[in-house]
Amino acid sequence: MLTVIALIFIVALVSPWIHKLFGNKSGWVLALLPFGSFLYLASWLPHITAGNVVQQSTPWVSMALFQVDLAFYLDGLSLMFGLIITGIGTFIVLYGSGYLSGDAYLSRFYCAVLLFMGSMLGVVLADNLISIFVFWELTSFTSFILIGFSHEQENSRKAALKALLVTGIGGLALLAGLVLMGFASGHWEVSALLNEGDIIRNHPHYLAILILVLAGAFTKSAQFPFSFWLPGAMAAPTPVSAYLHSATMVKAGVYLLARMNPVLGSTETWLILVGGFGLLTLLVSAWLALSFTDMKQILAYSTVMALGTMIMLIGLGTEMAMKGLAVYILSHAMYKGALFMVAGAVDHEAGTRDVLKLGGLRPLMPISFAAAALAAISMAGIPPLYGFIAKEIVYEAALEAPLWPVLVITLAVIANIAIVAASAIVVIRPFLGKKVETPKKAHEAPLTMWIGPLILAVLGVLFGVLPFLVDRSLMIPVASSVFGAPMDFYLSLWHGFNLPLVLSLLTLTGGILVYLVWDRLRESAPMKVYQSGFAMGPINGYEGLLAGLLGLAGWQTRTIQNGLMSNYLITILVTMLVAVGYTFITRSGLVWNHSFENMLLQEWALSIAILTSLGIILAFRNSRLTMVIGAGVVGFSLALIYLMHGAADLAMTQVLVETLTVILVVLVLIHVPKLIEVRSTTSRIRDAVVAVGAGVLMTLLILAVTAVPFDAFISEYYAEASYPLAHGRNIVNVILVDFRALDTMGEVVVVAIAGLAVYALIKMKRFGSPDDPETEGAAPDGTASKQGKSS
Amino acid sequence: MNGLLVLPVAIPLITATLALLFRKSSQLQRWIGVLGMVALLGAVLVLFRDVHNDGIQVLQLGNWAAPFGITLVADMLAMLMLGISAIMGVIIGIYSIFDIDRERERFGYYPLLHILIMGVNGSFLTGDIFNLYVWFEVMLIASFTLLALGNSKNQLQGALKYVFINLFSSLIFLFGVALLYGMTGTLNMADLAVRLPQVENTGLVTTVAMIFLVSFGIKSAIFPLFFWLPASYHTPPVAISAIFGGLLTKVGVYALIRVFTLLFTDASVHNDYLHHILLWVGGFTMVIGVLGAASHMEFRKILSFHIVSQIGYMIMGLAFNTAMGLMGAIFYVLHNILAKSNLFLISGIAQRLLGTFELKKMGGLYKHYPFLAVLFLISAFALAGFPPLSGFWAKLSLVKAGLSLELYVITGVAILVGLLTLFSMTKIWLTAFWGTVPEEVPGHFGKLPLFGAGKLYILVIPVMIIAGMIILVGLNAQPFLELCMTAAEQLLDTSVYIEAVLGPQ
Repeated sequence: MLTVIALIFIVALVSPWIHKLFGNKSGWVLALLPFGSFLYLASWLPHITAGNVVQQSTPWVSMALFQVDLAFYLDGLSLMFGLIITGIGTFIVLYGSGYLSGDAYLSRFYCAVLLFMGSMLGVVLADNLISIFVFWELTSFTSFILIGFSHEQENSRKAALKALLVTGIGGLALLAGLVLMGFASGHWEVSALLNEGDIIRNHPHYLAILILVLAGAFTKSAQFPFSFWLPGAMAAPTPVSAYLHSATMVKAGVYLLARMNPVLGSTETWLILVGGFGLLTLLVSAWLALSFTDMKQILAYSTVMALGTMIMLIGLGTEMAMKGLAVYILSHAMYKGALFMVAGAVDHEAGTRDVLKLGGLRPLMPISFAAAALAAISMAGIPPLYGFIAKEIVYEAALEAPLWPVLVITLAVIANIAIVAASAIVVIRPFLGKKVETPKKAHEAPLTMWIGPLILAVLGVLFGVLPFLVDRSLMIPVASSVFGAPMDFYLSLWHGFNLPLVLSLLTLTGGILVYLVWDRLRESAPMKVYQSGFAMGPINGYEGLLAGLLGLAGWQTRTIQNGLMSNYLITILVTMLVAVGYTFITRSGLVWNHSFENMLLQEWALSIAILTSLGIILAFRNSRLTMVIGAGVVGFSLALIYLMHGAADLAMTQVLVETLTVILVVLVLIHVPKLIEVRSTTSRIRDAVVAVGAGVLMTLLILAVTAVPFDAFISEYYAEASYPLAHGRNIVNVILVDFRALDTMGEVVVVAIAGLAVYALIKMKRFGSPDDPETEGAAPDGTASKQGKSS
Repeated sequence: MNGLLVLPVAIPLITATLALLFRKSSQLQRWIGVLGMVALLGAVLVLFRDVHNDGIQVLQLGNWAAPFGITLVADMLAMLMLGISAIMGVIIGIYSIFDIDRERERFGYYPLLHILIMGVNGSFLTGDIFNLYVWFEVMLIASFTLLALGNSKNQLQGALKYVFINLFSSLIFLFGVALLYGMTGTLNMADLAVRLPQVENTGLVTTVAMIFLVSFGIKSAIFPLFFWLPASYHTPPVAISAIFGGLLTKVGVYALIRVFTLLFTDASVHNDYLHHILLWVGGFTMVIGVLGAASHMEFRKILSFHIVSQIGYMIMGLAFNTAMGLMGAIFYVLHNILAKSNLFLISGIAQRLLGTFELKKMGGLYKHYPFLAVLFLISAFALAGFPPLSGFWAKLSLVKAGLSLELYVITGVAILVGLLTLFSMTKIWLTAFWGTVPEEVPGHFGKLPLFGAGKLYILVIPVMIIAGMIILVGLNAQPFLELCMTAAEQLLDTSVYIEAVLGPQ
């Protein structure tokens, strides 16, 4: 299976060249890839039907602490998804070649769509928790690229971002959930976890794992209130909507929860959370579908409704629910894929998808009409289509719900009434009735664009009339995988005259009535409120959150990175004072075992001289000259201290450096304008406090460190080894050029580069283009000359 | 003793000297520059083989036994850092050929670049805490000059903030070194690792550790000490931004990892206090940095703030103080150098095509330069930790490390920051790449091919090489993760390092 996925990725990457090579026929050539994969997967069908599974594993990363295998697991559930992905994928590649024929980006479409196909196949086939996540993220990425296909339109870009962020945050939650699950059980393969459900369910982290995994699944599968990104994603070209945002990617969450049902399911929390969100989603979105007139929007909301139904079934967790889930997923993939493709064909040929601007297309587009009609009948759940069987079992499962069955079935019927109406709208409005003048002169879509929907629609009839074609071979393995135990059932159109049938009739009647009053209903005030509440509400929430975040980010950045050097330095100093000072006081405490009795008079005098000169610097801070002299006094005092402690050479160096510095600085000062104090009194006091604090802290630290007995073994070694081993009498020289020669070399380089820097800065001509960002902060910056300005 | 250890310092010094000698000839300097970088890479690879096969390699300079002379030590961490530094050196060497103008070449661009690399390599190799200070000085003077070279107003503004704050950091560093010396009487890091646990006042050792945290924290741009970075990194030519953004801050991170695994360990500090602080610092750095990136609309400023954010991840891995955490941190450093530098390099190509770094004035790159768009996507999504690119493994290791320690809050923060990283990357994508072609573009936009006349390929090929490495590391992560794990294990077992330097204890 790895080979198949790898092959799809490779072909995807070279698809632009394949497109160049085959031109118009490239769709047919590239469609061979998903079709071949479909055949490959189908070849496993007998094996799976017989109750077996297929496992393949290639190590990816294999270390003691870190084990990630590219492991694959094929059972009923993954096989059905695999067949849907490759089967519909075949039609989508063909359809895309017609829909985007002549588009300069057709090759980019192939590339992205095939990349998506490989990723999606990976999601459903992967066995390893981490590799599931890898493919999961890849589907989010390819979806992002495909939604933004018409990237020059603002709303495409926004929709792409919305989808990426919503599914992205869910994906990250999922990662955390999967890793926690791996830690909790010690297993990183789903196939191993399937038998270890009890460990996870009884683990203290169960709730956290569940919520994280649900966050991933609900965002991906567009459960309310995270569903808002999906209708937005309709900005993508129709083949993308049909494929990713209806038939496959949005079902990744459904797949994941179905997969995890034996591991995480059959708890009360699961029932309430999964079932509850599913029920809420199906109810809310079914009626939202009726508030739109764009065929794709109607279909998008009906897709959300279908996803809600699937999630609800998983939540219910009964045998009947599993059976319903299997049938519903298959039937939905077929009819919804077909309807989307027809909607795209209508848009492509007639120039609009707004049902109000369409009508009477049947004679012009007979094949598309046939496909649409069959698919819509299936969607409405009318016999003898496969969708009817699906809906009957869903009703049965709802009636058997472990919790509040009356509520569940009532809401399910109410939602399905809206779906019947929606089915009618997307077929009757565009194709039947009076001929309406359309922006483009409509005619039948090309073969590539009708073959897919037609086959899918016909399959819906076939499976409906002859359900035994799929029930034993595929539906039972699927339901068994999800249920976690072998199941046995058969499907039939006629279940006898029972409650679900009555409810079906009720739904149908209700749906027809709603369709008849649709125009008035759509324009009615409650519907508008409903739409703005449930469709726009979450979007506004998302946008508000985003704006709030950006606002916070902007405020924070303006505050912190405000461009004022003095603020930066003060922050750094205060950080150091607090971090080091706090640690010092709490961890070490002051160490005060020094005695000052032995201090000589001259040492006292020097200390006083240093402190006094610092005082002078502070007092005469407006005069640069005084400050330089003050600093000079400090430097010369230091030299005297060296001298008193016997470091004559060091003292000499210090005197030379100090003299040169003072002279040079004074010379420079002649050319510098007068210093103007711009700080307020408050900030001056603040600066003084910080400065004194830093000085005191350093002094205390030195006192504490010198209280530790000093081991002078290195100095002693230098004294001993200097002459006999290094052949130098001057120990300092030997240290500089031999013991620690590398330091000296480094410092020599520093001096050389400093020389180069001075030369370059003076001689080089000034650069600067008008585009150069002038300031670093969001606010106008303080330039070097007004460094002191603050508060 | 392994004499090869001098090469990573010596080769750049020789190259810089040669380049300075021939500074009148741009052509010759470029050749010297690229060849010097290639020679460096070769030397590093040979050394890498030694370390990989025979363990930690040591060179006692001047043949003075440790701790009396200066020791160069190449453990796996140092080698990985050297390796990535040499690779970036070659990449930047090539990119500079086209990116750097003649004026800068005349005034010492190449010597400065190589001295910078010399300082970086010296920092990775040195086993002496004062010598580390010297290499920091070398890096600081070279980087300051590179930043200021060109003398434009905003460059000087940025460079001044850069140099003042970094000098301050050096001052604190030196103070810390003095305190360490006062407590132990030694500067050799292995010797310090032996002697620090013998200091009775462990609180004082902890305090000194905080001083190092502040000093190296400034260098690596952690919260709240990062101001100099976003103030300066977007001002110089792109090649310089890239090497700064990719490599330079990571030297600070390297130093943090080194001192917090070798010197300030459980043996010398006795409790988790420091790791708790590192955890907080890491968390805040991630969040503040990424919010800074979210609030900007200039290509290179976004990237600069991201550097800060991603430093947070590395600090977090260090704070975990487990094999997994350290492995994640090291892998993150390596991956980040690749992805971040590449994004800077791409920003340079985009700027050449569109004439600006302001996202609001950019657009149309996806339409007209799809290949460049792919290169950007690879780097940007790698940065955001998308599988199967290099960043994914970095993120996964850190998430696993955090969750296995049951540190849920910080792990959650790290995960959310990943999403915000993605958000600010898409901001660049949605405008510069997907956006419509702006009304005012340079005449060559859309006509100038990436490969062919105009020689843009000199800029594109380095980007392609890095993008290829990002994919390679992502798809074939095992050997790289193993190397990082070896490095992490060496860090956790300090006795190996100590014995390599000081001999059997």
